[in-house]
Amino acid sequence: MSTAHTHEHHEAPKGLGRWVFSTNHKDIGTLYLLFSLLMFIVGGAMAMVIRLELFQPGLQFVHPEFFNQMTTMHALVMIFGAVMPAFVGLANWMIPLMIGAPDMALPRMNNWSFWILPFAFAMLLSTLFMDGGGPAGGWTLYPPLSLQSGNSFAFVIFAIHLMGISSIMGAINVIATILNMRAPGMTLLRMPLFVWTWLITAFLLIAVMPVLAGAVTMLLTDRFFDTSFFNAAGGGDPVMFQHIFWFFGHPEVYIMILPAFGIVSEIIPAFARKPLFGYASMVYASASIAFLSFIVWAHHMFTVGMPLGGELFFMYATMVIAVPTGVKVFNWVSTMWRGAMTFETPMLFALGFVVLFTIGGFSGLMLAIVPADFQYHDTYFVVAHFHYVLVTGAVFAIMAGAYYWLPKWTGHMYNEKLGKFHFWWSAIWVNVLFFPQHYLGLAGMPRRIPDYSVQFADFNMISSIGGFAFGVGQLLFVYIVIKTIRGGEKAEARSWEGAKGLEWTVPSPAPHHTFDTPPELDDSQLAHGGGH
Amino acid sequence: MKRENYFIVVLAVMAGVIAAVWGMFAIGDNMPRGVTEFSRQVYDLHMVILWICVVIGVLVFTAMFVSIALHRKSRGVEAAQFSHSTKAEVLWTIIPILILVAMAVPATKTLIKMEETGDAEMNIKITGYQWRWKYDYLEDDISFLSSLDAGSDAARQLQSGIEPVDVDNYLLEVDNPLVVPVGTKIRFLLTAGDVIHSWWVPALGWKRDTIPGSVNEAWTRIDEPGTYRGQCAELCGKDHGFMPIVVEAVSKEDYAAWINEQQQLAAVAKTDEERLWTLNELMSHGENVYATQCATCHQGDGQGLTPAFPALAGSQVATGPVADHIKVVLQGRNGTAMRGFSDMLSAQDIAAALTYTRNAWGNQTGDVVQPSTIAQLTNG
Repeated sequence: MSTAHTHEHHEAPKGLGRWVFSTNHKDIGTLYLLFSLLMFIVGGAMAMVIRLELFQPGLQFVHPEFFNQMTTMHALVMIFGAVMPAFVGLANWMIPLMIGAPDMALPRMNNWSFWILPFAFAMLLSTLFMDGGGPAGGWTLYPPLSLQSGNSFAFVIFAIHLMGISSIMGAINVIATILNMRAPGMTLLRMPLFVWTWLITAFLLIAVMPVLAGAVTMLLTDRFFDTSFFNAAGGGDPVMFQHIFWFFGHPEVYIMILPAFGIVSEIIPAFARKPLFGYASMVYASASIAFLSFIVWAHHMFTVGMPLGGELFFMYATMVIAVPTGVKVFNWVSTMWRGAMTFETPMLFALGFVVLFTIGGFSGLMLAIVPADFQYHDTYFVVAHFHYVLVTGAVFAIMAGAYYWLPKWTGHMYNEKLGKFHFWWSAIWVNVLFFPQHYLGLAGMPRRIPDYSVQFADFNMISSIGGFAFGVGQLLFVYIVIKTIRGGEKAEARSWEGAKGLEWTVPSPAPHHTFDTPPELDDSQLAHGGGH
Repeated sequence: MKRENYFIVVLAVMAGVIAAVWGMFAIGDNMPRGVTEFSRQVYDLHMVILWICVVIGVLVFTAMFVSIALHRKSRGVEAAQFSHSTKAEVLWTIIPILILVAMAVPATKTLIKMEETGDAEMNIKITGYQWRWKYDYLEDDISFLSSLDAGSDAARQLQSGIEPVDVDNYLLEVDNPLVVPVGTKIRFLLTAGDVIHSWWVPALGWKRDTIPGSVNEAWTRIDEPGTYRGQCAELCGKDHGFMPIVVEAVSKEDYAAWINEQQQLAAVAKTDEERLWTLNELMSHGENVYATQCATCHQGDGQGLTPAFPALAGSQVATGPVADHIKVVLQGRNGTAMRGFSDMLSAQDIAAALTYTRNAWGNQTGDVVQPSTIAQLTNG
């Protein structure tokens, strides 16, 4: 069904030019993914500094100010540099292949939205070497603290603006592609779930990235042009920043998890050899989660002293999210039920995702209970919670997706033994890393502190050991990826026995141009069995 | 496959999952029950929601691992092809909603009680500063700062060579604890002088942000005498990890005696503010004030910490006109970490610190700043 390429496509330029000037969704997808991997290493290195300093009580390695720069930068790099670009890279590669489109709808903009990122991050990271130092007020940039930054703060804000522009352009591209370029017969309710979750994510991005841009612009003018948006002495309100920031920030959380839901919903049916259970309810659950994400923002700020009515509203709204999220988990388990499962690396990561993301979901539900949150808030319990949903959630899903589609991208099978080792290594150590942090938070350790009372020493040391081992393990992933790019067992078009979807109808590696003529669709190609 | 096999696998998997959960409970720490009615209610809520999560988790993970154990291709099973069941989907939407409603009821009740700050028998204003707390007893006119104690402060310096285990209550000890009576409803009014902080003592069951420009309310009634420790819980700059909180709850009689003692000390301080001080007196008192209030940023040798914290040794401010120097110290510098100290330190502390910085480390100005001068500026 893919067509041969004997015709007048421009030959892709060779060498550096191929990448710099590319308008090809596959090349740009590759760029996004490699960039995200690089940022994952950079952000991971910062996490190693954090865990090193927290290895034992007392300050051994870094000054508190530098420690704060590390926690702030680690978050910014991981969120905006690693997780989000990884999802955009997967979207670039897979959405056209999944819906039978020849490319993204807006290929030049696609090029631009990627190439902004290296500049944005060069600027952000360069602040670490400037006089004023890197941002040290936390990735949430709460004023008045963030306004105490040096002049380098302006670079941080412009870097965030650039990342926002890049994300918005990427989102516009995804929406334009999905709404306009589906192959005949690929109706909305026949789209693979990864496409659905990305469509919803893209709308979230367009809705909230401008809000972040507005918030940081006000910080910029407060810091450099004597405005008082957030300065109480000038009639402003520091809490207003938190409301604006979390109006962006909470949907942002789902921006980082919805595509993960999509990936896992592709992989579990493939390796269970069984249609996805409850496809329609999966779509509706994703949409409900997206809607709810706009009305729960203040649960990040239960301790700022909101009126009782506000606290109750945000508590109830947050608890409601557990319902559609629960539906998703139940559907994944039902998909496995009475399947014929095999456990290749993508499936292992997907199963790891289901278990560990669910644990993160549970702690999220606990955090929704306002009186209990008065204890949990801003402690390591919260740190444990969001690392369960972001590392064993989002990152595990990205890993699962990478192993699942690597054969399609490179034309080679990765080394299954190494892949499985990578999974088990990661799954064990990530729990050694993050599970004790629940205990630390409950026992009273605040987050974002460079040093701690001796009662917290044991679990911090365990957590650090887990962190170092987990960190080292990810270098194995880099090795596996490079090795697979360079060679390996030849991958078939349908690289996995149970894999469904149009992407498996084109050869592996996917040729530079695919679906020049739209494919014909039949229901057996759908991971959810069609019939809706 | 035979039914009894299923049964055995389900039991085995469930036992495994429960054992894993039990292991997590056995090795870990839990939230303290605390010493107030509210903290115990919070603990109960925490345990209820935790158990709900555990039960749901055991069921879901059991189903999942049974499936992983039995429904695998290597056992030669054929995959079923069902893809939905309206009955199941309705069921697992409705049941969670009911559980959530059941959970919301006690949470709402507890929350409403927490917000009832009326009928307080006494009021304490808490002000967060970088990086110490100020406590004002509104009825008794007592006011003092509470900072990290000297032992912890020495040990927490980078590569100090002092083992934290050798320091009593490392990072959880202060010079002046908050002394309160037991069995008394105390209302706290919380605000901040520079950036946002958060006042948290786990044994009381809550934390509340202290925010510049607004006043938050919270209350407590402590049941048992004792010393309860906590920390600032909102990132507030480089020494966020070093502004602990110590609450000493004492009997009402002991509290009355303590108040008496504090008021006498305040009277002595008042006369100190009015008399003329000698250069030597100011220098020796100033050295102490400088060490506790200024040295964190400007460093003990007055060399500062580039880039954020300028040197005072040889600086234009510390060796230039006295009036400008006083103004900076009283009002702070906008857009920097230099805050105004007029509402935070006493007149004699400020005067002594000014005199000290104008005469230490080769800043030989010979200037003497009298407490009475500062008092006039701040009160007038």
